[in-house]
Amino acid sequence: MTTRWFGAPVQRVEDDRLLRGHGRFTDDIGEGALECCFVRSPYAHARIRSIDTSAAREMPGVVAVYTAADLPFGGLDLPLLIPHPNLTHGRTQRCLASEIVRYAGEAVAFVVAADRYAAEDAAELVAVDYDPLPVVVTPEAGARADHLVHDDVPGNVAAEMLQEVGDVDAAMRSAPRRKQLRFRYERGAASPMEGRAVWARWSAAEHKLTVYDSTQSPTSIRGGLAVLFGLPESNVEVIAPDVGGGFGPKIMLFYPDELLVPFAAMQLGRPVKWTEDRQEHFTAVNQERGQVHEVEVGFDDSGRVLALSDDFVHDGGAYTPYGIILPIITAGQVPGPYRIPNYRVRFRDVYTNATPTSPYRGAGRPHACFVMERSLDFIASELGLDRAEVRRRNLIQADQFPYDVGVAWQDGNTVVYDSGDYPRLLERALEMLGPKPPGDHVGMGLGIYVEGTGVGPYEGAHVQVLVSGKVVAATGIPSQGQAHATVWAQVVADELGVDVKDVVVSSGDTRRFSWGVGTFASRGAVTAGNAMHVAARMVATKAKQIAAEQLEANPDDLELVGGRVRVKGSTDRGIPLAAVAVLSNPVRYAFGGGTEAATQFASKPRSGPPLHGGEEPGLEATGYYSPPGSTWASGCHAAYVRVDPRTFRLEILKYVVVHDCGRVINPLVLQGQIEGGVAQGIGGAFYERLAYDADGQLRNASFMEFLIPYATEIPPIEIDHFETPSPLNPLGVKGAGEAGVIPVGAVIASAIEEALGIPIAEMPLSPLKLFELSMLKR
Amino acid sequence: MKVNGIEYPSPGASRRLLSDHLRHDLGLTGTHVGCEHGVCGCCTVLLDGAPVRSCLMLAVQAEGHDVMTIEGLAGDGQALHPVQQAFHECHGLQCGFCTPGFVMSVVGLLAQHPNPNVQEIDEGIAGNLCRCTGYASIRRAVKRAAELSPSPLRAEGRGEGGT
Repeated sequence: MTTRWFGAPVQRVEDDRLLRGHGRFTDDIGEGALECCFVRSPYAHARIRSIDTSAAREMPGVVAVYTAADLPFGGLDLPLLIPHPNLTHGRTQRCLASEIVRYAGEAVAFVVAADRYAAEDAAELVAVDYDPLPVVVTPEAGARADHLVHDDVPGNVAAEMLQEVGDVDAAMRSAPRRKQLRFRYERGAASPMEGRAVWARWSAAEHKLTVYDSTQSPTSIRGGLAVLFGLPESNVEVIAPDVGGGFGPKIMLFYPDELLVPFAAMQLGRPVKWTEDRQEHFTAVNQERGQVHEVEVGFDDSGRVLALSDDFVHDGGAYTPYGIILPIITAGQVPGPYRIPNYRVRFRDVYTNATPTSPYRGAGRPHACFVMERSLDFIASELGLDRAEVRRRNLIQADQFPYDVGVAWQDGNTVVYDSGDYPRLLERALEMLGPKPPGDHVGMGLGIYVEGTGVGPYEGAHVQVLVSGKVVAATGIPSQGQAHATVWAQVVADELGVDVKDVVVSSGDTRRFSWGVGTFASRGAVTAGNAMHVAARMVATKAKQIAAEQLEANPDDLELVGGRVRVKGSTDRGIPLAAVAVLSNPVRYAFGGGTEAATQFASKPRSGPPLHGGEEPGLEATGYYSPPGSTWASGCHAAYVRVDPRTFRLEILKYVVVHDCGRVINPLVLQGQIEGGVAQGIGGAFYERLAYDADGQLRNASFMEFLIPYATEIPPIEIDHFETPSPLNPLGVKGAGEAGVIPVGAVIASAIEEALGIPIAEMPLSPLKLFELSMLKR
Repeated sequence: MKVNGIEYPSPGASRRLLSDHLRHDLGLTGTHVGCEHGVCGCCTVLLDGAPVRSCLMLAVQAEGHDVMTIEGLAGDGQALHPVQQAFHECHGLQCGFCTPGFVMSVVGLLAQHPNPNVQEIDEGIAGNLCRCTGYASIRRAVKRAAELSPSPLRAEGRGEGGT
């Protein structure tokens, strides 16, 4: 195998049409579609007394108004995606609420009209009579069970889980020093620039449903729709076209619109489209990050952690459609890159009257990293030790892999780190960071993290050499901007010895590949990347077998180079890959390509039937990759930050990242992932906060008040990489999608604490929050 | 209203936003809508040469004006505009949703500042949100676009002609 493309900074193949304005995002698809608008609950908790849609139905342009009573599946609880034995009280919402609403923004009715303007007008005329009920908004209030979100869930506790490694009580008792700490993380929002959207068409003649959905998991959407509507899977097509960022919450299975838009299209016999607006995105799309941790840490005088106990509450929101993956990830990732000989973690996933939670880039990890790194900073401060030195004394060493942390992981296994070199991350980051800049109120921040990536169960790929010699490849996993079409073309091009520009990748389209899981958990490169590798290698093997007959050579003596199959090292004994593609089909009609060389009369005759037993026509193959366990990427971030002591404005003077995600497929793409992740981390640490009031109203549901950083807030990031390949997969790769975001909160907190001398135990911060904390200190 | 050099009839409903008119009446879907309240900048187009938010304008307000959208920068089969080319070379886009708005803002920026310094670059793109790139590659793309643009004099000329 050559490694010409793998590892090269190949410029993206998907750019041209996006730059020309020829992208195809879901809302770009019209085709005469009717448009829709939801009626959503203005209350965070209320009983619905009545819904009157008569005035809305009479509006000009209105085609249909649906409430739960109008839906054959109106009484059905939506699926609980990932059940778990500890999730004893899982609850999911219904497509449209008819009795009780449990968060502001929950869907109540759905209007279909000639266009969005008419639909919005009509939605305002739907009269819903609510009887408001008391609410619990914060995780603390949820855990105290001031009120119940679900009448039949005692204490608002959806799930509770306790895990212990070693003997924490004994270790804590004998520890020379102990400290109790409390850490709090508030909710944030992924806020992709494209909101969610769904477009559907029903073809009565073909009995076929076609759905475009800005989803991270089209294959699963297809499976669900087929069951719900009683259609064979083969009659349902789901396509994630260009998706304008996702970062987690575009996978839910199912948001109400993902059922209602196809349903309306089938009922009305016309294409139907719904595109959410930004305001409803803030309340109707899942959020994340709300957790409160009660920590006790036992340590010795050298700064070694002897025991860590963490009891935390996870803010689940009003429903648990995604199960308890988030707190499981947090519980698994608190120890991070450190040897914690005695570790106990208990969590309660509690209901609150707020939008449900599901993974947002980082997915339980930023909070875990915050807990561990803040605890280490406390130990350093308590002992008067250098913060880097405390970390040095606790890090897992490079010769200790595989390293079993001993607690549960999201894939059902335990947390086992496959490879890495954490001390090297730290030393390199310190070297890059250099000496502290002069001036007052400058602080250093430091954070080291691990990231479980590439979870299963599997992804697949189909690779085919066309008779033109071009290659098409397809996988079920869609893209939300991660350059899948480029990096997978690199993997395939290497195996087939072709130019990367001759490989056209399709992703997230069930018409092209109908099996798969989705893009989440930094898993694309590991799962689909290796599936591409497997499928392309199968095609290469087949090409050698076919060419071997023509060249009268042993397949083992052949290689694929420059679009040809040739005898190794030979410049004349070879045959174009295009001709091999023609030869692979016993009916050899084709324009161009290698047709002349490949007719049954010109080519070497073979005895027996044209297709021998076990042979298949076509130079193509389908391959799958299923990881034996997660691959664990890692990194260290360090920063110098200045804080203005009067305005509390934040100025990031220097920010460095050292990152290890195994073998790098495309350094340009990887750099973009890291830079974008750090920017989201900075936003989440200092600018972005979902401000719920005591009634459960989100008071800042707009980009005017939920402050995503512009370029003016994001400093240049200095990045370095090294590679400890994963031993778990053929390509040696690990995921990188979430790496940038994970430690940023911990790093910014650490730096501000040093700059201002005030203890920081919560996220996110803001100038106002720092002012309040500085007042408390006085 | 002229869009990308072509004269179009008046938009129908008076309340139709310019962004909706471009996208859904004229089929120019390269202009994207990210927030519809004038913060994200995804819907940025040039009005008589200057960047504006097409979601904060009614279509009827654009009558009698020249609108340039992302589709107007480089014709089908033609080479990319220098700003588009620079975004490609510098990996200045990931999902591509905010990209048309950024490109139009940068075209406007370079018309005013053919060789922008670091601060001018940050301020020039500080009306556009990107959730994917973290802006570093976009800053690099702006610098590269300035290099690729034909000549400062011509760029300045465009700016003066447009205002």
